[in-house]
Amino acid sequence: MAVDRADGRTPNQRRPVACTRGILHRAHGSASWAQGDTKVIAAVYGPKAGTRKNENPEKACIEVIWKPKTGQSGKPEREYEMVLKKTLQSICLLNVHPNTTTSIVIQVVNDDGALLPCAINAACAALVDAGIPLKHLAVAICCCMAEGGHILLDPSKIEEQKVKAFVYLVFPNSMVSVLPQGSLRLGGELMEHGIITSVTHGMMAVDDYFSCLKLGRAAAAELSDLLRSSLKLKAGNDPSKAG
Amino acid sequence: MGGSANGATDLSSEMEVDAFRRLFPLRFHERHLVESVRPDARPLGKARETSLALGAVGSADGSALAKIGCTTMLAAIKMEVMTPATDAPDEGCVAIDFHMPAICSPIVRPGRPAEAAPVVSKQLSDTILSSGMIDLKELSLVSGKAAWMAYLDIYCLDADGALFDAALLAAAAAFSHLQIPVVSLNDDGRIVVVSKQNEVEKLKNKPVNEEKRKLKLKGIPFALTCILHKNYILADPTAEEESIMETLITIVLDSSCQLVSLYKPGGPALAYESVIQDCIALSRQRVRELQTILNEAISDMEVD
Repeated sequence: MAVDRADGRTPNQRRPVACTRGILHRAHGSASWAQGDTKVIAAVYGPKAGTRKNENPEKACIEVIWKPKTGQSGKPEREYEMVLKKTLQSICLLNVHPNTTTSIVIQVVNDDGALLPCAINAACAALVDAGIPLKHLAVAICCCMAEGGHILLDPSKIEEQKVKAFVYLVFPNSMVSVLPQGSLRLGGELMEHGIITSVTHGMMAVDDYFSCLKLGRAAAAELSDLLRSSLKLKAGNDPSKAG
Repeated sequence: MGGSANGATDLSSEMEVDAFRRLFPLRFHERHLVESVRPDARPLGKARETSLALGAVGSADGSALAKIGCTTMLAAIKMEVMTPATDAPDEGCVAIDFHMPAICSPIVRPGRPAEAAPVVSKQLSDTILSSGMIDLKELSLVSGKAAWMAYLDIYCLDADGALFDAALLAAAAAFSHLQIPVVSLNDDGRIVVVSKQNEVEKLKNKPVNEEKRKLKLKGIPFALTCILHKNYILADPTAEEESIMETLITIVLDSSCQLVSLYKPGGPALAYESVIQDCIALSRQRVRELQTILNEAISDMEVD
């Protein structure tokens, strides 16, 4: 059944993504990620020497600073910082540079729905641009449950406010491997189907959540193919940039 | 006790248990998990002993003290009259704040607020408001002119893991205990709280019932936090377990088993669908336990 969305998209269609790397020249890595009208800029500085006071010196430390578009940083910003920090900690190889700190600064340029997934994608692209060692990428999307029981992908701000529940999901990127099919499975499930992060708002039935997961996985697989092609090294990348 | 760290397996027979627990915490816990038990002798899916006391703070309009194992939360509600917002003239408001004073844990210092406090505070507000437990229209007094503002403050007195679960339980219990004070319009047209001395005077206007009112709570949410570590799911972690095995997943269900929130903020372990199904099954069980505990605490209060 066709659901009318304000911008004419189908329920399974995400907004067009624009990803640019290396936009800030002083930062060690930077990226800007725009999904429709939601735009976020991420900058990575690091690895810098020394960790913060109570952090484990045998591992690298990740620090996130979230700057909202207007106003002062309050509780929502602290929550975003914590979710982003834990998500990025799980994808970085922390043992490669022990006793260092990598700072990631997120600046919200415009918020038109699905802000946290946009920021996670921007942060990942910035980490790739900075050359920080990663296990895999984190691919983030947003799904929401509309009134009639339909699931919409990548809602805009107006849609987010109208629906009864929405979910932010972060998956690892899809694997392209030379190993035989069976060896990538853990207990019968593909590694890329595991969730790194899930944040929900609003009430939904448990079965609806699993339907959102299914839709999210498919969208994340498609988005990771896009990432793979856009994050490949471009000819003319300046090798002496970092430092 | 000599030898390098590589000889830990040899040392373990000579080392005291406490020393092994401090030096090799992950191995200490994994040795227990292999036997499907945890250091405090709980089975993997069992939560700690939970208790509730309503009316812990005498001067507040509603209060509760919740304990899950050693984690202790004190919730108190104060009601104030305010003018409602223009876009919602017949709705009241609830302001929720979570505090972690220095008493709760050795890692919280007096000057610097704990990192977890604003995050739990926001999570609590989101969960309570989105679960629809409180109907804001019940907090309205005079449409467009006066409505109740409920300030809910939750203080963590002892932080030993599963902070969000205990805080949500304390909040739900405090709202169950809440008695809205009686008010009337006085000569200046302002709402005043009726105190005991004024009862004999004739009241000009009675916008609320003469009896102190209780809120009707529907769909009270209950939470369960689990740790995911390799193939194990540990329900209701202590602070020690949380610091060693970092992947937490918090599931909030209401009494009709609708999913209010599924919160997994990153972490080294990935959550597969089968794992999520198991966590939801554990949560359903926990919701039933907590519902019983809350109902018992409410009926104990009413007997008094």
